[in-house]
This record gives sequence, structure tokens and C-alpha cells, in this order.
Amino acid sequence: MNWYAIRAIYHFEMARTFRTLLQSIASPVISTSLYFVVFGSAIGSRMIAIDGISYGAFIVPGLIMLMLLTESISNASFGIYMPKYSGTIYEVLSAPVSWLEVVIGYVGAAASKSIMLGLLILITARAFVPFSIEHPVWMLAFLILTSISFSLFGFIIGIWADGWEKLQIVPTLIVTPLAFLGGSFYSISMLPPAWQTVTLFNPVVYLISGFRWSFYGVADVSVGVSLTMISVFMLICVMLIRWMFLSGYKLKN
Amino acid sequence: MDAVIQIQNLTKTYSSGFRALNNINLDIRRGEIFALLGPNGAGKTTLISTICGIVSPSEGRVLADGHDVVNDYRAARSCIGLVPQELTSDAFESVGATLKFSRGLFGKAPDPAHLERTLKALSLWDKRNDRIMTLSGGMKRRVMIAKALAHEPSILFLDEPTAGVDVELRRDMWQMVRQLREQGVTIILTTHYIEEAEEMADRIGVIRSGEIILVEDKNTLMRKLGRKQLTLQLQNPINSIPASLGQYSLVLSEDGQQLVYSFDTQAEQSGIGELLRRLNAEGVDFRDLHTQESSLEEIFVSLVRKQA
Repeated sequence: MNWYAIRAIYHFEMARTFRTLLQSIASPVISTSLYFVVFGSAIGSRMIAIDGISYGAFIVPGLIMLMLLTESISNASFGIYMPKYSGTIYEVLSAPVSWLEVVIGYVGAAASKSIMLGLLILITARAFVPFSIEHPVWMLAFLILTSISFSLFGFIIGIWADGWEKLQIVPTLIVTPLAFLGGSFYSISMLPPAWQTVTLFNPVVYLISGFRWSFYGVADVSVGVSLTMISVFMLICVMLIRWMFLSGYKLKN
Repeated sequence: MDAVIQIQNLTKTYSSGFRALNNINLDIRRGEIFALLGPNGAGKTTLISTICGIVSPSEGRVLADGHDVVNDYRAARSCIGLVPQELTSDAFESVGATLKFSRGLFGKAPDPAHLERTLKALSLWDKRNDRIMTLSGGMKRRVMIAKALAHEPSILFLDEPTAGVDVELRRDMWQMVRQLREQGVTIILTTHYIEEAEEMADRIGVIRSGEIILVEDKNTLMRKLGRKQLTLQLQNPINSIPASLGQYSLVLSEDGQQLVYSFDTQAEQSGIGELLRRLNAEGVDFRDLHTQESSLEEIFVSLVRKQA
């Protein structure tokens, strides 16, 4: 393993994060806080409890997950797309590094940033709504697994994209709708039976359900299924990235 | 002298079907400065990119310091530094940080002393905390070179290193390249400035349409393919070249005051003595004469034209 290379890429990416602190950290924290103010404190006080959990507290895991997905994808896709766009990717391609080392560096940094953000938003949420975490270790595990999985997914988008529009199209048109319709703001048991079945095809449902379980011990789908789905998704992403690097897809001529 | 880079039957065909490299065979000797010349689109950058791992070869193989650049890429790439043609850099990073990144990427432990030496050698030490975006084009070019040297490579590729830089900086770079060679670094450069190759290279390779059409020691090449010209300034203008001088390759200037005789430097006899005697016999006097040797540029142009 070329640990120096992993460290170099990781530091480089984290330096970018801290250089743009307002955009990287403050912006998602503020926008998620607004959700808590509107849906948690204002509207939430007039909503009935779901599964015995106040609405304000119910949406906390879903909102954190929503932010984790979008930020992980955005960080990782931008991280690899930017060198492609500026041409500095030549240095990574000509360096004695394997695809795995490149992925650990870039995805590790993107996931680290998402985890930091997730924890920051968790602390911020506590200022707006009272909630408790029943399984803190599992909560952390879901947070880390989701950040890594969707950073891997974002990395794939960053390699695939050959323009700024393509870079935005998947997060905007696919991931955000899936997150909104995946139970961020409601329990899927509130849907008519037919829509419940349709919703089960939405992979984000399993993430939000599992994450919510770690908070309140209630879930739309079993925790085992949630973990399996995340692991399978992660494995598919890793295999796809491996293929992209070994074949040179959109990286090498 | 042993070969530090061995290119064997290397072919590169892009997915569009365009064959950029066609069965290239070339050895680069350890410690030499090798200049790769060729017109635009000849395959210079593709060749360098294939050796460095940026482009995948279609056929053939390349060994860098004995290591296959595909199968043993870690060892091969560790000894190679690349300065690409394009000025691509992380605009928002500082000069020092980007060098640390480059060194780490190539698997080397941080070495502040080496980075300081490199930055000082390239007159970048004062700029080490400046963001790259604030630097001039010439300074950015220096940063690119510093990045390539950050991991102390034994083979350095310079793809058009002095494109767009002023004369002073170009001289500085030539000086730096010579110093690197003295330290044992093998240097392969492509350039559009033939004078650069003429000034610096030990050997010259000419590539055209993806094929190496010539590899030769620079001095031998200039001796073999170079031509000399003898220019005579005539005392009195003449209307035409005397018929008795028809066997000589003579060109008369439009004003009739200058006679130019071209001859091969490799020929057994230049024929100058006989020509001057005959001119005297014809009553053509001259007041001045000088000889001029053809430059590498002229040799290159004639080579490329000949092969076209």
C-alpha cells in the first residue's frame, strides 16, 4: 500500500474542505437547521406523533440522512471531477498508486466530511427538538456506512460526468427525490399498501429506516435488511469503481 | 551505455480508430538528454503519456529502468517525473502544498530540505506560500517542473517545457536541465523550438505520423544531414551564371550581386577551390565570402518533408 499517497490525497481534499468552510460546512448545517425550524418546531408542534415519537424528533434521522446522501455525493463527485476538469488528474494517473489507494484517499476524505457534517447537524438538531439515541453505536455505524457508500456513488458520478450538468443531474433528479420519498418526513406505514410496496424499491428507505431505528428502536423495515442493502450497495459501487480504473473508463484514453 | 527506457513495438490506436503510435521501437540511454521532435499531431505527447501511464498502450511494451510500465507500474512510475504540456495546476493551492502533495503521491516521505532545494533552484522559494492562481504563466511553468521533481525522479519527461515562456526563463530552464543531467537524471524533452534541441540534446529522435523516422546523435546528425553554404559577394553584378559553372549548385541573387554555393558537409571534397579558380577564369571577382552551416531546424524541416 502506498500510504503516503493515500495521506496526500486525503489531506489535499480535506484542505479543500477547510479552505471553503462556509460552503462546505456552514451551508449544509444552516439549510438543515431551517428544516428543523420549519418542520420540527413550527409545523411539527401541530402534527400527531408517529410510532409514539414527536414529529420534530421523528424527522431528525431522515433529515440527517438526506443531508448525508447529498453531501457525500457532492463532495466525492466534485473531488474527482475537478482534477479531470482542470487536467491535474494526469498526476494521479501517472503516480505509482493503485485504484484502491486513489479511492481510499478521495472517498475517505468525502466520507469524513459527511460524517463531520452529520454529527454537527445532530448537535444542531438537539437545539431545536428534544430526542434521544437508543443505539448510539449503531447510529454511528449507519452514519459511517451511509457516508462511505454514497461517497463511493458520488465518486462514480464524478468519473462518469464529462460536464457540470451531468455532475448535478443524478443528485438533483434521482437522489434528492428518492430521499424525500424514502421516508425522511413520514413513516412508509402511513402510505396506502400499494405505495408501500412501490416504496420498498427505493433503496433510500432502508437507510432512513435503519438510521431511525438506531435513534428510536422503531423501523419500517428490519435492521438486518437495512444493513444488508447498504453493504450490497457499497460492494456494487466498489466493483464499479474498480472496473472504471482498470478499464480506464472516462479516465484514460 | 545502458537503456533506461526501452520501447518495444509500441502501438496506440484510439477508440476512434486513429493510430497515434505505430510500432515504435526506441531506447533512451541512461543519463542522456533526448529530444523528441515532430510536427503537431505526430504522436509526441501520446508517446510520453503512454510511458507515464496516462494513456494505455494497444500493443507492445515499455520498460522504465527495467520495469514494465503496465505490469510493474509502481516501480516504473516511481522513477519517472512528468512535466505535461498544458499548464494544469490546482489554482487555489499554495506552491508549497502542491509540492508536498506531489511527493506524497509518489510514495515518498515528506522531506522539507529537498522541497526547499527544489523551490530555490527554480526561484520559487519566495512564492512557496502563494496560491498558484496568483502566479504568472512562467512561474506556473516552474511550479509544474518543481512538482515533477518533488519525488526525485531519475527519468524526467518535459513535454514542451518552454512553450510560451520568455527568453530569460527559457535560458534558466536549460541551465536547470543541464544541472539535472549532471546529477544523473535522464531527460526526454519534446519541443517546438528546434534551437532548444540543438542547444541541449545529446540525441535527437524525429517522430512523424506515429512513427520514429530517425534517431541519431545530434552532432552526427548535423554532420550527416547538414549542408554548408558558401556566399560570395561579387565585385560587379552579373546577369547570369556562366555556362562553364553549370555543374555547381549555384544560385544567383536577383540583384546579381550575390552567388550562393551549397555543398554537402559529408562529401569528400567541397569543390570550393575549383569553383573559385573557375570564377577567376570567367573574370568574376568577389569582394567578400562567408560560409554558413545548416541548423537543426533546417535539417528537421527537410527530414519531415522528405518523409511526407
